[in-house]
Amino acid sequence: MSYDIVTRPHQDAFVEWSKDKPEVLVLSADLTNSCEVGKWRDTYPERFFSMGMAEQNMLGFAGGLAREGFEPWLHTFCVFLYRRPLDQLQMSVAYPALPVRLVGFLPGIMTPGGVTHQAIEDIAVLRAVPNMTIFEIGDATEAETIFDVAHNVKGPVYIRALRGEVTRLFPTEEPFVFNQARVLSEGTDITLITSGIMTEEALRAVPLLLEKGVGIKHLHVSTIKPFTDARVVEALGSARSGVITMENHTIIGGLGSAVAELMAERGSGVPLIRVGIPDTYAHGASQKYLMRELGLDAMALVASVEKLLGKSLEIDVADLETSRVVSVHSSAKVEAL
Amino acid sequence: MAAQDSEIQRIEEIAQGIRRRVLAHTLSNNGGYMSQACSSAELLATLYSSLVNLEPTRGALVPGGFEGVPRVGGARASTGAVFHGDQAPHLDRLICSPAHYALVIYAALIETGRLEEDGLEKFNRDGSTVEMIGAEHSPGFETTTGSLAQAISQAGGIALARRIKGDTGRTWVFMSDGEFQEGQTWEALNAIAHWRLNSVRVIVDVNGAQCDGPMESVMNIEPLAERVQAFGWDVRKIDGHDIPALLDAGKASSARPIMILAYTDPARGLPLLQERYPALHYLRFTGDDERQKYQAVFEGMNA
Repeated sequence: MSYDIVTRPHQDAFVEWSKDKPEVLVLSADLTNSCEVGKWRDTYPERFFSMGMAEQNMLGFAGGLAREGFEPWLHTFCVFLYRRPLDQLQMSVAYPALPVRLVGFLPGIMTPGGVTHQAIEDIAVLRAVPNMTIFEIGDATEAETIFDVAHNVKGPVYIRALRGEVTRLFPTEEPFVFNQARVLSEGTDITLITSGIMTEEALRAVPLLLEKGVGIKHLHVSTIKPFTDARVVEALGSARSGVITMENHTIIGGLGSAVAELMAERGSGVPLIRVGIPDTYAHGASQKYLMRELGLDAMALVASVEKLLGKSLEIDVADLETSRVVSVHSSAKVEAL
Repeated sequence: MAAQDSEIQRIEEIAQGIRRRVLAHTLSNNGGYMSQACSSAELLATLYSSLVNLEPTRGALVPGGFEGVPRVGGARASTGAVFHGDQAPHLDRLICSPAHYALVIYAALIETGRLEEDGLEKFNRDGSTVEMIGAEHSPGFETTTGSLAQAISQAGGIALARRIKGDTGRTWVFMSDGEFQEGQTWEALNAIAHWRLNSVRVIVDVNGAQCDGPMESVMNIEPLAERVQAFGWDVRKIDGHDIPALLDAGKASSARPIMILAYTDPARGLPLLQERYPALHYLRFTGDDERQKYQAVFEGMNA
């Protein structure tokens, strides 16, 4: 199966969406073009505020602006939104439950920028922060339709966003819906729950697994907190052989943990395999290389299915759909990061 | 314009009242942030009575009980701000940054008729909003700033929002000098100057004392005036117990954001505190002898 590739889906959709919303401001920390808001700045210069490389202060300014009725949309890389300014995020924004939108780019291992730029535990950290809502974008359609969903949340929102060349997995007429998973296939042997870029990766293997007679209920999840979607709860209860989660994040505290909590609370009696970053930091290398090295790829899904079923499916890496490789030097990005 | 004698006398009375109330509370509770009251009494008295243009409250308000933390979709308006009166575009705002000054803020609110006379009886009581470290539900607090240096950034955001809306009121921040050890303070100074948020007015209680002892030994921040000036601010360095100087500095106008560095004495009005130097951050009596000495001073204050 091949998918369309959309160049910079965030850029134009955000400009269009915010044209009649004077309360929407953008704060940026020296990564404006890298976060696809250069055009937004040029279109609405009076609503754009450069805060420099000073994220702790930026979170405080955002809190002050939100208290006065504005809706600041902060744009920078994920790591600089939650890791460096976590106390400010909590005390200046999350505690007062202010409508600040944290748009973070480069989730997980999507950057060759190495450990300093790789947000591998952001969901774990922010799930534990009261009042937070967490979304993760999985494709271009979600990137283009997240805005109303975030706008309608009355408290702070963290978005794991995608930029550059982004695959369109979902039809444009099926926008992002708050707290509602997308059901991508039906089956009762295994429930597979994926988020972010791992959905596209899983789709390299799922058709072949279905062909081999494995019943897979595949859900794509884009609302990570709250984690109360009835579709997810139902799917966890219907899996005969087990549940697999796939996330571009450490296996501690993210999607896999959220699923584990739900399963434990409901007395689910089947095993769970969490595919994700195995409690380690990563390093500077390409996305494809890191996914293979850390065991976050389609072959890791195949191995997990085989483990749950207790048999080999005779699938070779050459049998999988080709993975899409975005050039590190793609012109859709302003730098190779 | 020279301050009127009656204005100065009124501020002196408020300042003395702040010290007396905090000492009374410290005596009855065997502990309190006494040196902060001694250093900032004139400063807070001048802010509340003359400099900050706040609407009066409808009488001395009774602090409500704690009704819960802010929740998404729930009430999130700061309830501590009601002690600063109704807000309006032409009025000032006052953000207290060092939340451990709460006891002193509450005393100032009582002295200026914004908080009920018995307000301190609810201090640090379970279920009360008159918390030991003030948060945005506590009288006089608009933000939650017990984690230091976060108020100035939030005030910057408030001032920016008010400029976009066309408000003419100023946004004041009361800070402590220890907060200049935090990197965020300097980020905020930079941003406020960069965006020319000239309606921001910061006043700092430079008492030179922090939890571990004298600031110069814990981590020096001087020369503070030159450092802040270098960030693009209009800095006024004054004696923080000199009420006419506080009035002059606070009423000045400038094309740059103003920072008033009010140098103060943490034992001002209570020389007995000097005996505890350098451990001034929190006063807990070592025994009945010491308490008796403070009791005697307190009785002298009432005379």
